[in-house]
Formats: sequence, C-alpha cells, structure tokens
Amino acid sequence: MIITSRFFNRSELIGFVALALVLVVILPLSLDVFRLNLVAKYLTYAFVAIGLVLCWGYGGILSLGQGVFFGLGGYCMAMFLKLEASSVENTKIQSTPGIPDFMDWNQITALPLFWQPFHSLTFTVLAIILVPGLFALIIGTAMFKRRVGGTYFAIITQAVAAILTILIVGQQGYTGGINGMTDLRTLKGWDIRPDHAKIILYFFEVFLLFGCILIAQFIRLTKLGRILVAMREQEDRVRFSGYSVANFKIFAFCMAAIFAAIGGAMFALNVGFMSPSFVGIVPSIEMVIYTAVGGRMSIFGAVWGALLVNFAKTGLSESFPQLWLFGLGALFIAVVLAFPNGLSGIWADYVQPRIDRLLASRKSKSGSPWAGNSVADGAPAE
Amino acid sequence: MSDEPNRGLQSPLRRKLLMGAAALPLVSILPRPSFGAGPATATVNTTGLAVTDTEVTVGILHSATGTMAISETGSIQAEKLAIEQINAAGGVLGRKIKFIQEDGASDWPTFAEKAKKLLVNDKVAAIMGCWTSASRKAVLPVMEQYNGMLYYPTFYEGLEQSKNVIYTGQEATQQILAGLNWIAKEKGAKSFFFIGSDYIWPRTSNKIARKHVENVLKGKVVGEEYYALGSTQFNSVINKIKLTKPDVIFTDVVGGSNVAFYKQLKAAGVDLSKQALLTISVTEDEIDGIGGENIAGAYACMKYFQSLDNANNKTFVPAFKKLWGEKTVIGDVTQAAYLGPWLWKLTVEKAGSFDIDKIAAASAGVEFKDAPEGYVRIHENHHLWSKTRVGRAKLDGQFELIFETADLIEPDPFPKGYQ
Repeated sequence: MIITSRFFNRSELIGFVALALVLVVILPLSLDVFRLNLVAKYLTYAFVAIGLVLCWGYGGILSLGQGVFFGLGGYCMAMFLKLEASSVENTKIQSTPGIPDFMDWNQITALPLFWQPFHSLTFTVLAIILVPGLFALIIGTAMFKRRVGGTYFAIITQAVAAILTILIVGQQGYTGGINGMTDLRTLKGWDIRPDHAKIILYFFEVFLLFGCILIAQFIRLTKLGRILVAMREQEDRVRFSGYSVANFKIFAFCMAAIFAAIGGAMFALNVGFMSPSFVGIVPSIEMVIYTAVGGRMSIFGAVWGALLVNFAKTGLSESFPQLWLFGLGALFIAVVLAFPNGLSGIWADYVQPRIDRLLASRKSKSGSPWAGNSVADGAPAE
Repeated sequence: MSDEPNRGLQSPLRRKLLMGAAALPLVSILPRPSFGAGPATATVNTTGLAVTDTEVTVGILHSATGTMAISETGSIQAEKLAIEQINAAGGVLGRKIKFIQEDGASDWPTFAEKAKKLLVNDKVAAIMGCWTSASRKAVLPVMEQYNGMLYYPTFYEGLEQSKNVIYTGQEATQQILAGLNWIAKEKGAKSFFFIGSDYIWPRTSNKIARKHVENVLKGKVVGEEYYALGSTQFNSVINKIKLTKPDVIFTDVVGGSNVAFYKQLKAAGVDLSKQALLTISVTEDEIDGIGGENIAGAYACMKYFQSLDNANNKTFVPAFKKLWGEKTVIGDVTQAAYLGPWLWKLTVEKAGSFDIDKIAAASAGVEFKDAPEGYVRIHENHHLWSKTRVGRAKLDGQFELIFETADLIEPDPFPKGYQ
C-alpha cells in the first residue's frame, strides 16, 4: 500500500483539481447570480451525499433518513435567521410584535423557551453541529449496540424521517408547520438576499464543502476508514478481531449526520427558506439517489451526482413543466441499469484507463518510478 | 371621472369579442389582431421588463406535478384561456401576451425558486400563480425583493397584504361570515362542530368562525378537530359528531382527505339532507373526486359556482369547455384564476404602463364587469370586493345556488375583533 502514504493518489488529485476548477472558477465566471445561487442550493445536497459516501459507501450503513439531519441543521439556522427577521419593528402589524409571524397566526403570545437560545449565533452554530450529531448518536447507539443493521436500520431511519415531519407539521405554532420558515432576511444584520451576498455565501459554501471533502478523505485513509470497509465486507470477522463494530458504525453515522446538517444550514442561508419538505422520506431517498448517481464509493462522485441530478431537475422542469418527472425517472433508471457504480464508475471504467495509458506511455519513456501504481484503490465491491 | 364613458364603451365591445371567441371553434379563425400599434415601449416599460413593441411576457406558476396538480390544473387552464381571449381582443396596450409556464411541483421552495427565475431571468411583467398558502408564503419574499406582481387565485386565511400581490380569491372573513350568518338564520343553528386539515388556513378560518359564532351569533362551538394533510381516517371524529349532535358541521378539510371524510360520513349514517354541513373547502373540482352521491345536500360557501346564472358566466363556461373539454368542471378558484390576467390587463391599461410600481398604485378601483362571478373591483388593500354565495351540492356534482349576499362584501384581511 504505497499509495496510502499520500493524501491523494493521482486520480483523486485530478478529481480534486477538476472539482475545484469547476466550482471556484468556471461556474462563478459563466453563470449569472441567479443560476449560481441555484448551484449553491445543489451543493447543499452534496454535503449530504459526501456523508452518505462515508456511511453507506464505505461503512455499508444505508440510511434513508438523512433528510432528518439536513432538516435539523437547516431548522437550527432558520430559527436564528427567523428570530432576527422578526424584530419588533418588522412585525408591528402582529397582535404580539417581536415573535415570528407563524407563532402570531397560531395565537402564541410569547417566544417559547426552546427558541430563546437561538438569539445567539454562537449557540446556533454549535447547535447545527451538536443537535444532529447527538440525535444520530442516540439513534446509532440504540440500533447498532443491538446489532440492528441493513434493511431494518434503513426502515427505522425512514420511520424517524416520517416522525419528524409529522412533528414539525403538527406543531405549527412552534415550527411554522407545513409552510416552513419563510422570509429569512439577515445574518447578524448582514442582508443575505442581495446578489453580492449570494456570491459571498456561494464561495463560503464551496469552502466548507472542500473542508468536508478533506475530512472525509482523511477518515477514508486512516485505519478507521479501512475498518469501515472491512466491516462492510465481513462484519463478523472484524468483530472477532476484537473491534467494537457498533462504535465504528455509530461514528460513521454521526459524521454523515453532521455533514448533512451543515448542508441543511447552508440551505437555509442560501435559499432563505426551510420547510418540512426537506425532512421527510421522499427527500431523504432523493439524497441517496444523488449518491448513487455519483457513485457511492467516490467522495467527488457524490458532489458531481448532487450537481448533475439537480441540474437535470431544474433543466427538465423548465423545458417540460408537465413531463419532467418522467425524464428524471428515466435518467435514474438508465444510470442504475447501465452504470451501477454511477458517474465515478464511468470515470474509473472509461476515462481513467485512457489517461493512465497515455501517462504510462509517456512515463515509461522517461522511466518514472511510479508508473505502475495507478490502480485505483477502494474499487467498489458489490 | 374622464375614464367612465370610455370604459362604458369598451365593455360591450369586449363582451362581444368574448362571445365571439366562445362561439368559434378556434380563436385563430378570428381576424388576427395586429399587434404593435400600442404606445412606444420606452414609455410603457421603464424598468426593463420583458416587453417589446409587439409582445409582453407573463409567467404562469402552478403545480403541474405532485399532490397539488389536481387542484392547480384548473387554475392553469383558466389563466391560459384568459390570456388567449385577451390576445384575441387585441392584447394589452397593443401587445400580445406570451406566457412562460413553470412547475412549482407541489413543493414550496421550488415555487420560490421558479418565481425568482421568472422575475430575474425572464423579467416577466406579472406572475399568475400559487395555490396553497404555503406556496404563496414561499413566493412572497421573492416578489417583494425583486418587485414582481403576483395574481393569487385561492381563497385564503387573510392576515396578509402586499404591494406585490393581488388576491383574486376571498380572504377568510369574506368567505365565512356571510355563510355563517345565513345558516344561523336559515337553520336556526346554535351549535357548531369544526373539522379542518391541520395547517394555517383551516386554523385561521376556524378561529374567525369561532369568534363569529360565539360573539356575534351567540352560539356554541361544541368541537374543534384537526387532521394532518392527506389524512384518511375520520371515524373517531364522526363518532364525536354523532355524540354531540351539532346543528352544523363546519369543515375546512382540504384535498384528497375530503374523499375519505364524506364517504365515511355517509357510511356512518349521517344524512346530509338532515344534518346541516357547511364547507368552505369543497368546490366542483373536489366533488369530482368525492362523488356527488356522497356529498349531495351539503352546503358550500364560495363566491362562484359553475351553475351561476348570469350572462358573463354563460359565455365563460362554454368557452372554458370548448378549450379544455366537455368533462372539465369549474370551481371557485378556477374562476378566481381566470380573473388574474384580465385584472392585470385592465390595470395596465388604466396605468398606461407595465411598470410594477405604477400597476400596484393603479390597482385600487380597477373593476372587471365581465367576471363570471358577476362583477369585481380591486380594493385598496389589493383584495377583491366580491359577493359571498352559498350553494347546495347536487347528485350530479354541481351546486345549486341557495343564497347570495345582496351587496359586494368588503375584503378585510386584518379583521378587528377576530384575531
């Protein structure tokens, strides 16, 4: 394993540079602010997809409830923004000024206790990480310590997603119900709506995304990552070797939850909106689809998957408002049937060998010492 | 004042053209109106909207897919019909209306995204769209930020007023109060049982209804229950109804839940010809799904029924069916959606400009005499003056008009004493 001594092998380096080039240079230069803001929205799903690569791709834990964590992160952020938007001045038309509008509609006359800390940005940022993290810890501990796994775990995550949606919709006085939290305006007095703010938020998000990519890559390369893969392939062997399988699973699940929450928080900031329609079962499954389309073994693939699917979604729905869902469905079926390893599979099967051959033929002439090391590690095993 | 005789001349002419459009199989058979004769673009469009010498672009933003598609399709159809008729009558300020349709996909953030796309990318002069309150709430900040104009068709809970929205449906007091007064008087009703779907519109409507029942009618609310959207199990509430024996069941259950509710009500032996039921959420569209036999006898409080017997409606219904098929039904919201493009056209012509600010300012007082519901006028608060009507559901899925208010009811989105 010579390759692991380096943080990125050659193909990953190409992937990293290509992604950076597209996100930092090409897209901002070629798109207007409206489209760039859409890309920012798509990228919030990339956070979830990266988390799923860790937990599903490497750890083999299929979670169909990532929307829960996306939602928790998003709602934490949205609560902070909503409080700021609900200043007494902005809400003087209400019967109780100074509380969010939906509370007023539901005859709530004072800010509920659990909303109070969200006046503080520091608390909010901590909550975005800790609330979903702790929640994942609880679910993970309850499930994995009892060796609940595979399909059963996936079903339970679905149930959690359904429960949280019902809770949010039902408690509309406290959560905004099905309408969600709308009309988010400022972050510490800084207006998040105008164009220049959207551009700054975009770059901030890309920065965070690369941070998450690096963390995910780091986890993958450490012994921890190897154990995750081993666990996926032969759980019992790992257990008999003396490792606590449950703890590793809980860790992977928590990381995926935190990544999803960061995505959710960025969503609330970029879109200025949070609603239960990102929490439930359908969005959670969609998030798994992004990862599947990108290739569940590839961190970069996940980002591309999220981008591609959402671009297709927007593009198709703008061109064919009545029929676009069929087009999207066909795309999923085609990808899964023809390329079970997703975009990264296409890359690894068709593009990578050519590059390697090209480079190898050049390197062999110059006698490079690492000409033979280009076999990608972590090739997907079904 | 100087407008008055002018408008008087325009109206019959327009009606004739409308009738013409209805009578001919296709609008295109009419002598093609020539576009481009209006005032110069530079003077009527100072803010860079999508207006050329011959065309003006508007947006249609409803759910063509997802759970709401069944309700919103009627609105899309009505808006397209109105646009077609306006074009056949010469367009707006000599310009043909072109529309860009976007799909909100029954998903509120998608509505916001598409609204932004229509305003920022396409620079549409107006948007006809949204249906649920949630989608309107999502779109509203976008409309205000980018200064757009939204024509919103659905009856809704009120508590909102925006420079950038014209509400062509009824707000809650317009829809509810007259209906409650009527049933209290007609049936001597004193006790009411409220059943609603669990979201902002039924909750606010019931709040207003409760205050009216308790404070004005001096009656009693004997029960108030809410069910999640899409809920299909109503047996427990039906049992409570049978126990409490209210004079009136007052419902604002929405969407597909209605089908289950009325079927279970019938199965439980509640006979709607004896037990009075007043709904503010069932139109001809919903009855299509519920089935006339399950709801016949129930009263609905709306501002429009397809069966309305007036000259405007007699032109409108055949024109609608000609374009969209004999089997289509026209509910309250569909009619309100039809008003959108017409009110926009009239307002633009009154303002002599497509500029949003000028339209917003000119809206108050704009009247549409050819409205299928009869006559409507825009109030200063951007809602419509309109009548409240009560209809009784018949077996064939239509409503029979039972009662209508003598005068137009003033819209009051922030009702004093009802909050």
